[in-house]
Amino acid sequence: MNAIQSFGVDKKYENHVALHPLDISIPEGSIFGLLGPNGAGKTTLLRIVNQIIAPDTGYIEFYGQNIRSEDRRWIGYLPEERGLYKKMKVGEQAMYLAQLKGLSRNEARSRLHVWFKKWNLETWWDKKIEDLSKGMAQKIQFITTVLHEPKLLIFDEPFSGLDPVNAALIRDEILRIRDDGATIVLSTHRMESVEELCSHIALLNNGEKILDGSVNDIKESHRDGNFRLIYRSDKAINLSIPNEVHLVQNNADIKKGVFIAELQSQKQSASQIIKNLSSQVDTISFEEIIPSINDIFIKSVKK
Amino acid sequence: MNPFIIIALREFTTRVKNKTFLLMSIIGPIAIGALLVVPALIASNVDEDPKKLLVVDNSYLLVGTEKISKHSFQYLNPDEFDEESAISAVRDKETYDGLLFLPPSINGDPDFILRNTRLYSKGDIGMELTREIERRLGKLATEEKFKINGVDPAIVKNSATTVNIKNLDLTEEGSETSSLPLKMAIGFGASFFIYMFTFLYSAQIMRGVIEEKTSRIVEVIITSVKPIQLLLGKIIGIAGVGLLQFIILIAFSTIIYSIAGSFGLIGSDISQIASEDLVIQNVKSQTAVSEVIESLKNFNIPKLIGFFIFYFLGGYLLYGALFAAVGAAVDAEADTQQFMIPLTIPLLLTLMLGGQMMQEPNGTLATWLSFIPFSSPMAMMIRLPFGGVETWEILLSISLLILGFIGTTWVSARIYRIGILSYGKKANYRDLYKWILRK
Repeated sequence: MNAIQSFGVDKKYENHVALHPLDISIPEGSIFGLLGPNGAGKTTLLRIVNQIIAPDTGYIEFYGQNIRSEDRRWIGYLPEERGLYKKMKVGEQAMYLAQLKGLSRNEARSRLHVWFKKWNLETWWDKKIEDLSKGMAQKIQFITTVLHEPKLLIFDEPFSGLDPVNAALIRDEILRIRDDGATIVLSTHRMESVEELCSHIALLNNGEKILDGSVNDIKESHRDGNFRLIYRSDKAINLSIPNEVHLVQNNADIKKGVFIAELQSQKQSASQIIKNLSSQVDTISFEEIIPSINDIFIKSVKK
Repeated sequence: MNPFIIIALREFTTRVKNKTFLLMSIIGPIAIGALLVVPALIASNVDEDPKKLLVVDNSYLLVGTEKISKHSFQYLNPDEFDEESAISAVRDKETYDGLLFLPPSINGDPDFILRNTRLYSKGDIGMELTREIERRLGKLATEEKFKINGVDPAIVKNSATTVNIKNLDLTEEGSETSSLPLKMAIGFGASFFIYMFTFLYSAQIMRGVIEEKTSRIVEVIITSVKPIQLLLGKIIGIAGVGLLQFIILIAFSTIIYSIAGSFGLIGSDISQIASEDLVIQNVKSQTAVSEVIESLKNFNIPKLIGFFIFYFLGGYLLYGALFAAVGAAVDAEADTQQFMIPLTIPLLLTLMLGGQMMQEPNGTLATWLSFIPFSSPMAMMIRLPFGGVETWEILLSISLLILGFIGTTWVSARIYRIGILSYGKKANYRDLYKWILRK
């Protein structure tokens, strides 16, 4: 089942179209990367899913049902622009946001204590938000986003402003929450987190979807028959290669005595090529170059 | 719990726990108490220094007058001193504060004398002394005119009659004593309170909205609740703060007032306002005080307080909603000015017209202003203490005010839901209009 399915959802403003009619499916239990350059319409889509704004036409299904106002209870949203009440104490604020999501006071308090203990934040409870560092505030906001154990979590740039240790902490939590059965939407520009975490992605540009599907499928469809051979030698070896294979380059030495050759072939598979080459050189490695999401992103947006 | 209640509670508790609230609750009543007590203290304690005046009385109008209240006169012989030499005499003598010069009368015409009488003074001689001299001269001139016309001043004096009409309001049950100054004080006081509180607490709503918008927390909150719930929760929560502050203010002021009253500070204040003639001050002041107390009993205080709370809340809700819309339309408090002016003007105008309305509490101006929702909270509170407001007028005013704040809340909610998500660009009136219409 899909956690979210949109049908022809669009949004126009006075002067521009923020979102063209969009069909998108976010599979249940996936970590779904929502990608796109600035102004692509990601925030508009997320706001529509959050029911902050209504689409001009089209509709959204949440776990197979037309999305209702009450479904907010099962969604958690961490917006890109972080914000908490500066003058409020950490504990009060977390309690407040949890209650707005429908938790009782006692429930909210006991869940918060679990989180605060886990992350060693107990001494922060009575501190004011304005006295916390940006990273600390971000951790608090992450907790308030996931505390009500939503079925769908939407993180807009969850790692921005975090040091590597805390970024890893958040990443591990995201994976754990996914393992617990929640669906996660990750809107980000950081392609390495997409590669690392996402099972599915959609790429938006100028309010239109230009690419979507599982990461594996997308990578598969963007394979363009590039191979890399690394071998040991004193000088570049003149390779004899079959007709259907094209030699892109064969003289880059990455360090003394180690050379790289790049080959290109639409017809032959990796095993066919290496069978041919392995006898000619002292092979260190041979691999097909799978395009990174970053490459696919840049290529697709430029198109 | 209903999210609306959670929001209202947060708005209420964070503000009530705030140090400024505590401070306002203590300082406010003290300030109001001081406002009542200090003028009375000053009035009873400030003693003007007795002044000494040289007098050249060519007309012999003042003959025999050696003192006016505590100020003493020293006469110069008009045959020896003309105006100029008398002036230099005052200049030379340090003990004298000024010179009163009355010219000789022509054909015994008292008016000529009065027109040409001059008071020269060294430094400030005070308005009060000038007035007292004017009063005395006027009285003497009047007697003089009686004499010229062959009327015995004694007869006039004996036929002088003091009239003290007792104001009675006809009510359903019968009639009761009324006190005009008290009505004015209650009417103006209530309407000024509404003015002040509307401003103070509407501005708090606006600041709250701006805070949520600039800190971006609003985006998180409206994924949990509808914007209208957040808006109304905020408005109601802050209304609670205002109401609590009002109750504290009244309670404290009453305490301070009664403490001050037990020291006799306030009684003397009222008597001084009520009495004009010093001679009969004591008699009159006693009647004034007892009259005030008597007529205070005749006001339907619970009814007035009930109306006050309704109009106080009604006005606050009406303006508060609009102030919230202003907060949503801007990015920083500095940008609010252009939207604030049209909200400030009706409030200020009603306050300024208060005096005029009191002249004729059931006249056209007061009646109309007590219907228009933007002015009715203040205008109706001015009218009510005077009585004579028809039931249908009250009902119309109340219904219009309720419709009014439902209307402004609707408009505000339309602006609010878009405004809180619009960052970075300055909205103008055209934008607001579009936001109201947008689906």
